[in-house]
Amino acid sequence: MSLKILNIALADDDEDDRLLFKEAIEEIPIETKLSLFNHGQELMDHLNLPNVILPHLVFLDLNMPIKNGFQSLQEIRRKPELDQMAVAIYSTSLSEADIENTFVNGANIYINKPNTFKHLKEVIAKVLQMNWQYHTSNLNKETFLFRL
Amino acid sequence: MRMNFKIDLDRLARMVLKDHLEARGISYEMCSPGEVRLRGELPPKRREELAEALGEYGLEIIDDKQSVLVERIKVVIDEMLRDEDEQSYKASDYLAHSLNYSYSYLSGLFSEATFTSIENYIILRKVDLAKEYMSKTELTLTEIAYRLNYSSVSHLSAQFKKTTGLTPTSFQRIMVRRKERLAEQT
Repeated sequence: MSLKILNIALADDDEDDRLLFKEAIEEIPIETKLSLFNHGQELMDHLNLPNVILPHLVFLDLNMPIKNGFQSLQEIRRKPELDQMAVAIYSTSLSEADIENTFVNGANIYINKPNTFKHLKEVIAKVLQMNWQYHTSNLNKETFLFRL
Repeated sequence: MRMNFKIDLDRLARMVLKDHLEARGISYEMCSPGEVRLRGELPPKRREELAEALGEYGLEIIDDKQSVLVERIKVVIDEMLRDEDEQSYKASDYLAHSLNYSYSYLSGLFSEATFTSIENYIILRKVDLAKEYMSKTELTLTEIAYRLNYSSVSHLSAQFKKTTGLTPTSFQRIMVRRKERLAEQT
């Protein structure tokens, strides 16, 4: 019906995590195109390419070598061209203060990393579903905040 | 220096449409948001050219009947939620009545097209409006709850938290801190 595809990028240094994420995404009925990156610098290099097709939604693992999720988040939010992208941060057990800080620094979504594949699928499905609604309606992206 | 804008999207869209249609000598009538009635038909080539020009502004011509109806459902939902007089409506009746289709038909169509139900979409939109009122107006949570037809502030807070994972207070604090952070950066 709708020819709209959700372009998604993931930066995570753990190969298993990237694979699980890919598998989880493939099982969700929304049409997506996924790009994978090993760390923040790889992601930013890609996003900074001229005429690149930007992802609608970027997932950032917080702990990555070379450029971590938080640094990537700050860099993304400093560029007006990347403003339309929704950014999801995911991490294992951050403090409340740190979680709030990721939102304050421009994250739209914060995800507490699930520890089972089933749970991961559920979480990603919810995020994609939510993001899809923002993508296809005029819900206000500036106030798009979502915490799982 | 920074400049902040309040943007009226409806007005913006109408102006863009007006400029482009008039420039092409196309006679039209502005109906509801997102709907324009043209006098006569537009040949495919002209339509394509117009679509391309409007596309630059993020205005996308919707073709199939299903998409058109889904957009109309969303427009009616917005009207329903923003209408301060309609305090005790039942969404299903309001939609069926406004659009002249049975609610079950609208429901099925909407779910198929958007991957979510009308009920869920309404909740998302209400929470979205609550966020708008919280960040752009001086309204209290009580006033906002009333405007959006919640039975109480706790009902609003509960639905807000369920939908976003954050309490209204956390949300407001984050938005304030975001503004402060941006102000510091310039």
